[in-house]
Amino acid sequence: MKTLKTLSIFFVLLVLSCGGNDETKKESSKVKLKTTEKKVEAKKTTTTKPSETIDLVNKGVGPITSVTLAPEVDQAMAAQGASIYKKMCTACHKPDKKFIGPAPKGIMERRTPEWIMNIILDPEGMVKNDPLAKALLMEFNGSPMANQNLTEEEARAVLEYFRTL
Amino acid sequence: MKNIIKISIGFLLIAFAFTSCNNSNSSQSKGALSSSAAEKVYVAPGEHDEFYAFVSGGFSGQLAVYGLPSGRLFKVIPVFSVDAEKAWGFNEETKPMLNTSYGFIPWDDSHHPDISQTNGELDGRWVFINGNNTPRIAKIDLTTFETTEIIEIPNTAGNHSSSYVTDNTEYVIAGTRFSIPVPQRDMSIKEYKGNFKGTLSFIKVDPEDGGMEIKFQLLMPGFNYDKAHPGRGKSHGWFFYTTYNTEEAHSLLEVNASQNDKDFIAAVNWKKIEEYVNNGGGTMMPTNYAHNVYDDRTHSATSTMIKEVLMVDPSEVPGAVYFLPTPKSPHGCDVDPTGEYIVGSGKLSSNVTVHSFTKMLDAIENEKFAGEAYGIPILNFEDILAGSVEQPGLGPLHTEFDGKGNAYTTFFISSEVVKWKLGTWEVLDRKPTYYSVGHLMIPGGNSQKPYGKYLLAMNKITKDRYLPTGPEVTQSAQLYDITGDKMELLLDFPTVGEPHYAAGIPADLIKSKSKKLFNLEENEHPYATKTPADVKVVRNGKEVHIYMTTIRSNMNPDNIEGVKVGDKVYFHVTNLEQDYDVPHGIAMIGANTSELLIMPGQTETFVWYPKKVGVWPFYCTDFCSALHQEMQGYVRVSPKNSNIELSWSLGED
Repeated sequence: MKTLKTLSIFFVLLVLSCGGNDETKKESSKVKLKTTEKKVEAKKTTTTKPSETIDLVNKGVGPITSVTLAPEVDQAMAAQGASIYKKMCTACHKPDKKFIGPAPKGIMERRTPEWIMNIILDPEGMVKNDPLAKALLMEFNGSPMANQNLTEEEARAVLEYFRTL
Repeated sequence: MKNIIKISIGFLLIAFAFTSCNNSNSSQSKGALSSSAAEKVYVAPGEHDEFYAFVSGGFSGQLAVYGLPSGRLFKVIPVFSVDAEKAWGFNEETKPMLNTSYGFIPWDDSHHPDISQTNGELDGRWVFINGNNTPRIAKIDLTTFETTEIIEIPNTAGNHSSSYVTDNTEYVIAGTRFSIPVPQRDMSIKEYKGNFKGTLSFIKVDPEDGGMEIKFQLLMPGFNYDKAHPGRGKSHGWFFYTTYNTEEAHSLLEVNASQNDKDFIAAVNWKKIEEYVNNGGGTMMPTNYAHNVYDDRTHSATSTMIKEVLMVDPSEVPGAVYFLPTPKSPHGCDVDPTGEYIVGSGKLSSNVTVHSFTKMLDAIENEKFAGEAYGIPILNFEDILAGSVEQPGLGPLHTEFDGKGNAYTTFFISSEVVKWKLGTWEVLDRKPTYYSVGHLMIPGGNSQKPYGKYLLAMNKITKDRYLPTGPEVTQSAQLYDITGDKMELLLDFPTVGEPHYAAGIPADLIKSKSKKLFNLEENEHPYATKTPADVKVVRNGKEVHIYMTTIRSNMNPDNIEGVKVGDKVYFHVTNLEQDYDVPHGIAMIGANTSELLIMPGQTETFVWYPKKVGVWPFYCTDFCSALHQEMQGYVRVSPKNSNIELSWSLGED
């Protein structure tokens, strides 16, 4: 009897989850957006925004576990990175001004090189597995960072370009 | 333990649900059997099907992609008919694909898909399909699953004995079902006999890029060329065509084209004709046909008109064409995987006739001719007959093979599939179809290497098989398991348009090659906008060109001013995404066209004629991200005589 009950609850849930959920989802996410906005405002005085958080330890979660930066910027690599950045990133990131996403200017003082490359190479994975990346997504209105399918070498060049900003 | 009990009760209930459904439909089915049929077609969520099935849409003009054994529909590839969902024939890039010598044609009747082959085996590079009404052959690229080439076939009408490929895709062929005056001229229909002609077209396929080119046309007597099949293996180099209306009637064909006891299968030695043509044979004839090619780099199609075609008179190439007498208006023309047997299903005959290729060659060598028609030798029926399947059913149509020595023929009138044995001609099994089956398909079943696991029967009529939907009800496909001695019906599923014929292939042969996106770097569209820095709006007289980009979740620019009533506004939209499965759409209020659906790295264009003063929104139509709703913009439209300068922006106050 108990099992039957569980089953029927299960079936009812199934039916519920099948039909008309889209609408309710939209509604609830709208509501949520409003409340998060309020929360952020309320806490403004006490907490730092994720984009302003400084974390020079966290390497993020992704393919990059270790990056060594030479003391001097490799200008050729930086130039290559600038050109990739212009093509692949400027739709959402202006170099020195918040746009759709945060500006990369000064990012080297806030993030590890590994974290930067990981968010470029696997934004979806980072949002799922890295709490800071997730917090950033919420700060930037839930606008997901696009995976532009850069190679590791290209992401490394973009990183070098960030060093010049 | 408790969980296990719960789960098993769950399964029992599900099993009960299945059996109870089946019982209510048919008193014959047995519970256990039914659940095993369900298991055989069940592809668990997230799992992939074993086969792709490319099922033609018949009068829908398209090609639908299903998975087998599940029968799930993945995509409808627009081919000959416009498709507003994908902007096919609506955007500026694909309009040339539907150009013909009659101008732009938004529709056709798509019939026979056939997958390219190498050494007589499916190679999964392209699917070819014929447009029946305004004769054309299309090629679909199986990396993008998009139509990339359409060639019009001149001197042809009712392009039905098409579009089959030879063992190495040397040629894809097209043949005329309706004979016509060649070249076209003003003449009395009553003078049909002896004056009308039927052409068989040989389209050379480039082995590298699949590019099509009509190598030659064969000018045949004025019969109806119904179906065709290339020789395989030992008969490679030959092509076989069924004919009807050898009476050359021009009216009331249902009576007048059914008078002769036997019509013909035309056997064409295309290698011989190719040699003749390569040595300068044939006559260039003036004509006019369109050749349309879509380029994945420019993301655009071009249409070229071709003004001549090489015509070959078969009587001038001795040994190139023979007629094989075949009973009663043969329809299906199928060659077994070894290439020895040529099956001609006389649709008004009670038997299925099978000719022997070896015997045919022997009769030709010994010049055992029964006569000739228009200079083409006719062989003796008895000399070439391998055997016939006696009284297997009513209205035999099409045959495919399982590679294990068995043949499967559909019977339209008696609504069944009959399994019979090659060589002994004995009937091994028969199963009903629901109802009026036309073609059938076994993956690779018309090649040298069939994958004899499933058989798909395609039905013209379904009547009571599904929930009714008014006078027009769905047509259907039915899946049979053919691994055992007896066929087992596993699944019915509804189809798009008329499922005329299909081509199936193991998924493993193509799925890893399926393209995920277009590389933005390689985009050579003349109006591509590859970086936000290149976004602009340009006026050229009354033409306004908007160079726009899309990426989650904005369209750039999203505020445009300076457009005027009477302008012709081009939206050239580039999707900057370089990630899998992130297309963007765009639609403009009041634009007399469809949306665009732009794949990552692609550029597409639509035209809008602003008619009213005001501020008009456009938005993204493909749900791309959580901020999809925010992906929108405005165009300010000012009066004709306004002097507001063009300006555009994104995110500026």
